[in-house]
Amino acid sequence: MIAYVLRRLIQSMLVMLTVAFVAFSLFSFVGDPVANMAGEDASQRDRDQLRRDLGLADPFPLRFVRFVGGVLQGEFGFSYRNLQPVARLIVDRLPATVELAVSATALALLVGVPMGVYCGLNRSSALAQAIQAVSLVGISLPTFVTGILLILTFSVGLGWLPPFGRGDTVRIGWWQTGLLSVSGIKSLLLPSVTLAMFQMALVMRLVRSEMMEVLRKDFIKFARARGLTSRAVNFGHALRNTLVPVITITGLQFGSAVAFAIVTETVFQWPGLGLLFVQAVAYVDIPVMATYLVLISFFFVVINLVVDLLYYAIDPRLRDGGPGGTGKGR
Amino acid sequence: MSALAAVRARVAAAWASDIAWSFRQSRVTMAAALVTLLLVGGAVLAPWIAPTDPFDPAQVDLMNAEIPPLWSAEGDARFVLGTDVQGRDMLSAILYGGRISIAVGAAAVAFAMLLGVTLGLVSGYLGGRVDAAIMRIADVQLSFPSILVALLVHGILRGLLPASSREALSVYVLIIAIGLADWVQFARTVRSRTLVERDREYVQAARIIGRGPAAIMRAHILPNVMSPVLVIACISLATAILTEASLSFLGVGVPATQPSLGTLIRIGNNYLFSGQWWMTVFPSITLAVLVLAVNILGDWLRDALNPLLR
Repeated sequence: MIAYVLRRLIQSMLVMLTVAFVAFSLFSFVGDPVANMAGEDASQRDRDQLRRDLGLADPFPLRFVRFVGGVLQGEFGFSYRNLQPVARLIVDRLPATVELAVSATALALLVGVPMGVYCGLNRSSALAQAIQAVSLVGISLPTFVTGILLILTFSVGLGWLPPFGRGDTVRIGWWQTGLLSVSGIKSLLLPSVTLAMFQMALVMRLVRSEMMEVLRKDFIKFARARGLTSRAVNFGHALRNTLVPVITITGLQFGSAVAFAIVTETVFQWPGLGLLFVQAVAYVDIPVMATYLVLISFFFVVINLVVDLLYYAIDPRLRDGGPGGTGKGR
Repeated sequence: MSALAAVRARVAAAWASDIAWSFRQSRVTMAAALVTLLLVGGAVLAPWIAPTDPFDPAQVDLMNAEIPPLWSAEGDARFVLGTDVQGRDMLSAILYGGRISIAVGAAAVAFAMLLGVTLGLVSGYLGGRVDAAIMRIADVQLSFPSILVALLVHGILRGLLPASSREALSVYVLIIAIGLADWVQFARTVRSRTLVERDREYVQAARIIGRGPAAIMRAHILPNVMSPVLVIACISLATAILTEASLSFLGVGVPATQPSLGTLIRIGNNYLFSGQWWMTVFPSITLAVLVLAVNILGDWLRDALNPLLR
């Protein structure tokens, strides 16, 4: 057990180091900070001086170590575009993305699981078939198309919900929340439904197929033979056994929700990390790109690690070095 | 037997085959095939069937700007789906846009396939450290969503290019970015198939008669690992078209001078609030229908070729 955990920890750290290396290479090979900082008319001598002052003349490995040290202390440099510390920008934007992703994932589970259970139990009913067909559309519909159609219906057409922004926010410590004001909640509705759509379809299809799989198992037959009510069998035995993969996939999907939030945030002009990153890519703002990369990788690595360790705790068959990676839910 | 009869016999055999049978069994699949054929056909033939050429300034008249679709009160018979703010015919723009979307998607899948199949073959056949290195990279990449990888590669490539050539090369940058985001599926599948094939007798025989590793991989193993690759290619095509559209929608994809469906949606989105809904709704519907149809076809192909892949 301890050996496995250690191996996974070392693996995760290697991944993070690789990512940090890529991020650092971005700094080193893409664009020249000296050219950005020195004025047009700076002489070659001034440039060299600036280069030495910034520590850019040092050998590559030394600079890399210094970069990693800085990242560990939360030091990410300055945005080329906003001329603000990247760490500040991130802290400002983080709550918006977290609130969006969490509410979308919660929505996807609250709607997806019951629909999946229903479809798994009543496979051939008309409603189940309809849900199944709609879920295929849900998977195929691009996130931004969903968002645009929702805006068109509920904002432009009916005028019920605001089409962009976060509404009024309340500051609690450094966390700026939109969940405590009416306009904040109203603004959250459309983006979270948009982001949840894909996951909802995925969760529903997963629960459905797992339910169908489990219901064929022997222990279900025995439970029925023991005379348990179908309610107890369906929910107590079948659903409980389907939840392990569902929890896993949801955990991994939470990462995807944060990534796909990039698109959703652009559609709704939601002031989160995704919008920050898209703007950074468009303006080749390397420090912001690199920071987002390091941060999001850290996030993914932690999720993967937790999921793997959970698996290990739940499923004894995996205990001699199972697959280190994780499947992308499809 | 005459040549014509031979062809006819072949067609009949193909029609009676398992795959054709499962195709005829499913109405949904047939509908999806028809829709795909129509959309791809429309995209390929766009220069000949589109009412106007949206890239030709001589055919675009600003006086025709913002005309709603045919069936609304101010519609114009020349513009079935209306016009955009520059007076371009939406139908033509969608046909040309679909052409770019499908071309970029197909090229990206081809690139991903080339890269993935090659790395998968090498990884499976050589084994050892090469295998471990390639698969470790694949594992890491697989834990990130492909749109994120594509965005990142796109950002890096653009940063590496001099500013003057960014616009001209942006389509190629996009193809490479999407391709690099999608190769893992190919590599993993090909590797696992190669691991099985590499110890078969025919491979041993080829080794004994002195063929080199490269020749064995290309001439002997490759043909035997290709069938799942085609299925993955079909499913990846839907993903690639979606990724391209998402990137273009985010404004980092193809330049506005050559709008793909995603670009059209992004541009149209700016006029959503002033009531010109048709500029964004029609490209959106086209994109969604295209992706849905290709997805259904891919699912069908997967089930028809190999039920065990489910």
